[in-house]
Amino acid sequence: MSAIEVVPLNWYLLLSTILFTIGVLGVLFRRNAIIIFMSVELMLNAVNLLLVAFSSYLSDSKGQVFVFFIMAVAAAEVAVGLAILMVVYRNTKSSDINVLNKLKW
Amino acid sequence: MITYLFGFLSFLAIMFALMVVLSKNPVHSVLYLVLTFFTIAGHYVLLNAQFLAAVHVIVYAGAIMVLFLFIIMLLNLNEETEPHKNVWLKASATVAAGLLLVVLVGSLRGAESIVASNTFNPNIGLIENLGKTLFGEFLLPFEVSSILLLVAMVGAVLLGKKSIK
Repeated sequence: MSAIEVVPLNWYLLLSTILFTIGVLGVLFRRNAIIIFMSVELMLNAVNLLLVAFSSYLSDSKGQVFVFFIMAVAAAEVAVGLAILMVVYRNTKSSDINVLNKLKW
Repeated sequence: MITYLFGFLSFLAIMFALMVVLSKNPVHSVLYLVLTFFTIAGHYVLLNAQFLAAVHVIVYAGAIMVLFLFIIMLLNLNEETEPHKNVWLKASATVAAGLLLVVLVGSLRGAESIVASNTFNPNIGLIENLGKTLFGEFLLPFEVSSILLLVAMVGAVLLGKKSIK
């Protein structure tokens, strides 16, 4: 007994869409760079959930293998991103993205 | 029963995700994000992807979130140092995200029709099938991702050094 037999795929589509939108909202809503990173993680997870849902409903394991690769890329992205954030904090003493406007025209 | 469990987990996931965005303290945001990841792992179990659920908890809740928490503690961020956008920017961000939600829901209508009916294989998420796919068809991407992790490690160490000459 699993969710595949009783829950329609539409509900997973809706749930992933809502989670992705909350991630977008976090990127637009907050000024703290760490919270923005966390919102990006939330968006990646919404996509992962949808990939796993489609993989299970189609009985195809390729989608789940793809989720592995997304996890590896997310881990690398977080490591490099937080290192960059540390450098930014060391130079500006703040994690506010509005301080970083030197490239703004 | 499963339907109620799905609804409960979905409700928790959406609430915790909203709390990540809305809570004032960055440490609380990280902890709510950990809870969100646990509910998503519950969804993976419901979808018969048990191995992926375990990996998800280990990688996200175990590694990535610890890194986030560590950085927040290191930078000593709290509610007082938290920068805030003004009310108009927040309102427009909310409106923009709501419009994006409407567009995405509208564009994903009918996407469920690509799934053929009732040919479900419950063993698809087990480690045997995943391993066969990962080390057969996806062997080259698997090896390339190890290079990606090496590059990320070198980059993080280089950036973390005291001064770059």
